[in-house]
Amino acid sequence: MAERLRARFPDTIEARGEVTVLVDRDDLLDSLAWLRDDDELSFGFLSSLTATDWPGTDPRFWVVYDLRSIEHDHRARVKVGLAEGDAHVTSVTDMFPTANWHEREVFDFYGIVFDGHPDLTRILLPEGWEGHPLLKTEELGGVNTRYHGAFIPPVDTRTAT
Amino acid sequence: MRQETMIINMGPQHPSTHGVLRLLLELDGETVITCKPIIGYLHTGIEKNTEYRTWMQGVTYVTRADYLSPFFNELGYCLAVEKLLGVEAPPRAQVIRVLMNELNRISSHLVWLATAGLELGAVSVMLYGFREREILMDVFEEVTGLRMNHAYIRIGGVIMDVPDIGITKMRAFLDEMPSRIDDYERILNDNPIWLERNVGVGVLGADRALELGVTGPVLRAAGVPADLRKDMPYCGYETYDFDVITRTEGDAYARYRIRLDEMRESMKIIAQCLERLEDPGPVMIEDPKIAWPAKLSVGPDGIGNDPAYLHHIMEESMEALIHHFKMVTQGVQVPPGEVYQAVESPRGELGFYVVSNGEHRPYRVKIRDPSFVNLQATPDMVEGALIADAIAAIASIDPVMGGTDR
Repeated sequence: MAERLRARFPDTIEARGEVTVLVDRDDLLDSLAWLRDDDELSFGFLSSLTATDWPGTDPRFWVVYDLRSIEHDHRARVKVGLAEGDAHVTSVTDMFPTANWHEREVFDFYGIVFDGHPDLTRILLPEGWEGHPLLKTEELGGVNTRYHGAFIPPVDTRTAT
Repeated sequence: MRQETMIINMGPQHPSTHGVLRLLLELDGETVITCKPIIGYLHTGIEKNTEYRTWMQGVTYVTRADYLSPFFNELGYCLAVEKLLGVEAPPRAQVIRVLMNELNRISSHLVWLATAGLELGAVSVMLYGFREREILMDVFEEVTGLRMNHAYIRIGGVIMDVPDIGITKMRAFLDEMPSRIDDYERILNDNPIWLERNVGVGVLGADRALELGVTGPVLRAAGVPADLRKDMPYCGYETYDFDVITRTEGDAYARYRIRLDEMRESMKIIAQCLERLEDPGPVMIEDPKIAWPAKLSVGPDGIGNDPAYLHHIMEESMEALIHHFKMVTQGVQVPPGEVYQAVESPRGELGFYVVSNGEHRPYRVKIRDPSFVNLQATPDMVEGALIADAIAAIASIDPVMGGTDR
């Protein structure tokens, strides 16, 4: 499978029995369509969609698409790098309706914008929440929850008094 | 005549919404025009928290996500970390993992049966479901010391071997349970009210289910034999004899029948596990740089630290104490990389995308929870139907909000 992928994607990585394909942001939809329509690959099922944050590196964000083939029982991962200050990528909701909530979650957690998403709003955090909590620059705790003025202090100040 | 629709909020505090799910419904009389599920009320930041704890402590976080299938959360996470480490748990540990997972599948399906029954007015089914689940809770307590949030499956194996009393209770359960499932079927299979409320309700076809990423019993009820235990086996599932149950109707009734049949298949697997457990062996990997150092044992007051081990580190060996301290405070070091590992939970594909940057704690743990994804199918199932059928349709998805919101 890796050989077949490498013919289309030179940036194919094999590690720990898993295959990862790095694609350009502008090539994302074409790449996913190709992976889905190729008879030997048939990646028609989007298992998971998430992101990772690497401050201080370029690209800062990786959006990660984990694909599964129900027909052939194999997997592949597609990754798109996004630069800081330009963190937006085409939504894949038209091709994979399941991406709808996943993309909302990534927007909620990381602030990454998915162009063309039908309803890009927060999904797990309340409306009006400030910030995107899974960014590495955000502390664990220490965020004013805006709920009746409740405040959770940062972890490093939470020792016994 | 003026035609107006009404918008109502069902939930988040509603007895039939399985925890804290909120549905924004637009109604025309009793007919649902549009339905928008709103989630997040149980968000606890489990994924963020794991980034601040050691790899070992991660187990105690993920087990709390989908609280009705704790062993699946633990297994998925541990398999992912083991894949990053390039190690495998010993064979006996794999058998125990399969055993506990299948027991957990039955207990989860029993809670589903009980709550789904209650929502449709079948109170006796609720009592039966929770009664039998209690037997399994008892088994879990004998084996892990806890009824839920076990942290029993650990990186490199399981925390302790299954005690004899646990095996005895499992055998008693296997003897008793088939007749109980027969009872459920006698009560429900041809029950006119049950049929009226479930047949043709919440229909979701195979193509649409796959588009929406739906997995588990809901997908198998639409005729797709997708089951990760067969398709991409882990823990040696390929060596067990069991069937993947499918039906073609794609409605709430088909999902009910599938879950009952799956309990029978799980019992087949449990019986095979018990046979394999007759050969003794280690339950934790031997590599001291990975294995959890502390030993647990069952004492008169339950499961706790093994007195002999405590004596060893406190009285006999300074090196053992240093090693214990280092492993407990820092834990394993995981080489950089990323993996995606999925297991077949009672609700479908439970995936863990885990990233390491080579430190003593995870860089990213993403839980692909099947409840989160399957709930997206709610509008497809209930729009155009009566509001009473919406209750049955949501129940048939079997969403667990702890997993959905994480």
